[in-house]
Amino acid sequence: MNLTLKVWRQNGPDDKGHMETHPIEGVSPDMSFLEMIDMLNDQIIRAGGDPIAFDHDCREGICGMCSMFINGEAHGPGRGVTTCQLHMRSFKDGDTIAIEPWRASAFPVIKDLTVDRSAFDRIIQAGGYVSVNTSGNTIDANAILVPKVQADEAFSSATCIGCGACVASCKNASAMLFVSAKVSQFALLPQGQPERESRVLRMVEQMDKEGFGNCTNTGACEVECPKGIDLSNIARMNRDFLKSSAKSEN
Amino acid sequence: MSNSGILRSSLAKKYAMALTGLFLCLFLVGHLVGNLQLFKLGEDGQMAFNEYAQFMTTFPLVKLLSYLTYAAVLFHMADGIVLSLQNRKARPVGYHVEKGSANAGWSSRNMGILGTIILVFLVSHMQTFWYQMHFGDIPMIDGMKDLHTVVLDFFNPAKNNLAGVAVAGYVLAQVALGFHLVHGFQSGFQSMGLSHPKYTPIIERAGLAFSFVVPLLFASIPVYLFINQL
Repeated sequence: MNLTLKVWRQNGPDDKGHMETHPIEGVSPDMSFLEMIDMLNDQIIRAGGDPIAFDHDCREGICGMCSMFINGEAHGPGRGVTTCQLHMRSFKDGDTIAIEPWRASAFPVIKDLTVDRSAFDRIIQAGGYVSVNTSGNTIDANAILVPKVQADEAFSSATCIGCGACVASCKNASAMLFVSAKVSQFALLPQGQPERESRVLRMVEQMDKEGFGNCTNTGACEVECPKGIDLSNIARMNRDFLKSSAKSEN
Repeated sequence: MSNSGILRSSLAKKYAMALTGLFLCLFLVGHLVGNLQLFKLGEDGQMAFNEYAQFMTTFPLVKLLSYLTYAAVLFHMADGIVLSLQNRKARPVGYHVEKGSANAGWSSRNMGILGTIILVFLVSHMQTFWYQMHFGDIPMIDGMKDLHTVVLDFFNPAKNNLAGVAVAGYVLAQVALGFHLVHGFQSGFQSMGLSHPKYTPIIERAGLAFSFVVPLLFASIPVYLFINQL
């Protein structure tokens, strides 16, 4: 396959950045999108240029590291896949492909296609955990009975890999799908109950501080989410936040 | 959360948007029921509509509701502007290629534009009828203000040169309202956290029906009056 790639190049956080055009020849339809970028970088390096910086790690769709806004969609045109799981057979010979970083003020560009997603880490630090007594009396997690349906639902919320596709796809750059998945995975389990109220209040507060936009329920996030996290998580968080705010004493 | 407080949170703005929006849906129903009397012909119709108009402007409980409605409209508007400005700030550098239609409905992506069309309509609508009823110098009949004639004349091509434009504008505004409701109605429930595998599909279908039927009935009235007086 022969393609024309239009890639965002930005030297650093303060650089203005621009789109750069690269023709590429001999791409195999069986390559993953990231392998194609590897090939392009090889081509750039051989020509004496600066390779394109991009995020990737496991390359099997579970780490949440790869990003890229491809042809107007987070992780490209596929559904339920990350960029590493997107294959070049999804494109046609002769296609022009636009490749951009996630764009949000809360995700500043580090270089080219890499963005700083530590805002998500700070939201998790604010409340995305359960406090466990580790003094030697820790009870076996399986000693607490959890109904299967609830366990499954908590698990499906917990499959969020924190890639940020929800923020990238949202026209408001809102992080509600990510935060609500992380709130839900604990809210649905008995172990999450003691901190349920403070957790949602703290995580939403941190989300607001990071400068993400407001949710307008367009649903773009759930369509683009590689893990199929759905809007019911956001509704659960809205509900929990309302209840917890009303009960909160300060 | 001493410093965040529910009122300053992004979610609080969503609750306010949802509650005012859903309240305004109720207002639409009330307003529509009154307007449907314009389909009644002759003096009976004139009497019925004028009585309704007088009731709406004088009965204390209705007056209270009307103040609530004004407040809801203003709040819904101001809140919408604040949210939009914050959302714009959340993505200072836009995408070169963005395929919004691939993952979200048209209405949901254009609520601001649709809302603005409705606002323009609202200003003109209140100027033509609401202002006339409250502060205008309109003829009396049977001891009541004859709003019925004001409305009929407004959509009468023989008495108002711009009657055709008025009808077209009215219909256009109702189309915008319909699309605004397609997203807004169910979105209000989602924002309030009211989501349930069994009931949400019902809310969504009811919302679609509401967004089609209510604006259609509203729009049919000026069209009917215009054609009737040709």
